[in-house]
Amino acid sequence: MRIGILALQGAVREHKRMVEACGQEAVAIKRVDELADIDGLILPGGESTAMRRLMDRYGFTEALRESDLPMFGTCAGVILLAERIIGQDEGHLGKLDITVERNSFGRQVDSFEAELDIEGIGEKALAVFIRAPHIDAAGKGVQVLSKVGEKIVAVRSDRHLGISFHPELTDSLVFHRYFIEMVQENMAKEVLA
Amino acid sequence: MQQTGTERVKRGMAEMQKGGVIMDVVNAEQAKVAEAAGAVAVMALERVPSDIRAAGGVARACDPRIVEEVMNAVSIPVMAKCRIGHITEARVLEAMGVDYIDESEVLTPADEVFHLKKDDYTVPFVCGCRNIGEAARRIGEGAAMLRTKGEPGTGNIVEAVRHMRMVNQQVRQIAVMSDDELMTEAKNHGAPYDILKEIKELGKLPVVNFAAGGVATPQDAALMMELGADGVFVGSGVFKSDNPEKFAKAIVEATTHYQDYELIGKLAKELGTAMKGLDINQLSLEDRMQERGW
Repeated sequence: MRIGILALQGAVREHKRMVEACGQEAVAIKRVDELADIDGLILPGGESTAMRRLMDRYGFTEALRESDLPMFGTCAGVILLAERIIGQDEGHLGKLDITVERNSFGRQVDSFEAELDIEGIGEKALAVFIRAPHIDAAGKGVQVLSKVGEKIVAVRSDRHLGISFHPELTDSLVFHRYFIEMVQENMAKEVLA
Repeated sequence: MQQTGTERVKRGMAEMQKGGVIMDVVNAEQAKVAEAAGAVAVMALERVPSDIRAAGGVARACDPRIVEEVMNAVSIPVMAKCRIGHITEARVLEAMGVDYIDESEVLTPADEVFHLKKDDYTVPFVCGCRNIGEAARRIGEGAAMLRTKGEPGTGNIVEAVRHMRMVNQQVRQIAVMSDDELMTEAKNHGAPYDILKEIKELGKLPVVNFAAGGVATPQDAALMMELGADGVFVGSGVFKSDNPEKFAKAIVEATTHYQDYELIGKLAKELGTAMKGLDINQLSLEDRMQERGW
């Protein structure tokens, strides 16, 4: 299995290390044609406005909107996946039926780390929230996996996993393993189809 | 339990900026140009370094009104500079909610002996460095991000190159050094032993290191990435050029695709004139900002 990491800006190196620690091959993706050779894609943390501009410029926005690849977005990545963003006219990729609010925990001085309970996973996961968004509303077909207080911070649908925080800044492989299982399920389905 | 201001949270913030460009801006309008161009953060200033140079006198932390104006104008992180060792300027910026503070040699130092004890703060700090000694001391004081100093406000990349090469060469040397050589190495550089040990174990700096001080063209930005920078600070290079909007976009794209030479060539063709540069040899030692910091 090959997991791509969108490498326009942000925490690419950390995700690569996590995917490799899970025993899978990780590839940095800088050009649209490289999407053909991967089984799943990670949209890393970074600045979503900066990433979107570069995605538009190099055809990623269109290609990813049309793509059936399983995707995993962390922080800025979940903003890219969301159908709706509070205060903006439209979402970026529209993959997950959720509404997100950017910087919803405050500025950098309010950034924090915490241990989270994750739905369906027995172990607690250490999570780092950096100027993080939260998921204000999740539609049908979207399962809520974790909350901080009342704020939803992790969701999944059939092929998309979106979280507000950064497991890649910790040693916790929980979410990367979870995504890799999603990719495996998807590959199995494709073989059947 | 939620913990703010941890080392992981502070260093992590800088990790998210990697591969990006941080631009100096002096008002809301420039901040918006930077954000639209794809900057990952802006540095709010009263004057860009080349104007600080021209104005002379004492350069202090930015007027809080400008910082506030910039913070209200954009959704990307906002950084601001304080003078080296100026505890109160730093605390005021922290209280205002600035996302990152640059304890910067671009401003006139407030303390000629001591830097800030940066791990006392919730807000993360970035500091300049020219070599592994400066880098390790700043990390030891709690800097969560570094930038090589270069020579700010010159539009001349030579010092940025010198400093990036020096830091990375010294990191490589430490990475292969035997344990019994490390203490003497720490002594020779005036560097904290623990930090050098961490560098040796990781094989790299424990924090992100951007390039700064002299980036004037997309080619300059790409060169710094080629030499191992994690990202680029552009000071006077954008808003002292002929066409700031185009320069800003081109520098962002050249930083992302720093080895796509055809693309960089295309970007450079459309640009017009870059900021006027300064020969480093014409700057006297006291006019060199890089000499500040200890």
